[in-house]
Amino acid sequence: MEIKFRHDVDAVLAEAKQQHKPVLLDFSAAPM
Amino acid sequence: MVKFVTDNFMPARVHVRDDSALFQKYGEKYGAQWTPTILELDSDGVERHRIEGFLPNDDFLAQLMLGRAQIAFAEQKWEEAERRFREIVEKLPDTDAAPEALYWAGVAPYKATQDNSSLKQTASAFKDRYQDTSWAKKASIWA
Repeated sequence: MEIKFRHDVDAVLAEAKQQHKPVLLDFSAAPM
Repeated sequence: MVKFVTDNFMPARVHVRDDSALFQKYGEKYGAQWTPTILELDSDGVERHRIEGFLPNDDFLAQLMLGRAQIAFAEQKWEEAERRFREIVEKLPDTDAAPEALYWAGVAPYKATQDNSSLKQTASAFKDRYQDTSWAKKASIWA
């Protein structure tokens, strides 16, 4: 099982604020 | 690892090439200049913990747990923060995060009660383990 990262960061941050949930933000260069 | 992330965070990724505009935007906002850089943000988007560079699985998980505990600490959820810090020491005692977690596990109850007995207990605990770490030095003032 893999972590399902989202790429719409603006939306993630907005939803996190609304849901009061922390965010894990990964700056990556790994092959996708 | 996956369960911890899923249970505790909304995970987002910006890729240096495939999301180059977002990478630049958020790289500048948060000062991320290297990959991998993993930020743990509170729900307001405030950075509470940063992991730069590769880490083995246990160390990486411990750092994730440390950041999550620091988010609870910043929210002044003292009991939750202490529980999360202690969980690192108990489950991943050999990681670099563990002595830092032990230190903050002593601070959290003090913040809740202003009773310094938890600080004294923490200083005492550092006499038995992690003696050579900077966190043991920092706790030594509480002895």
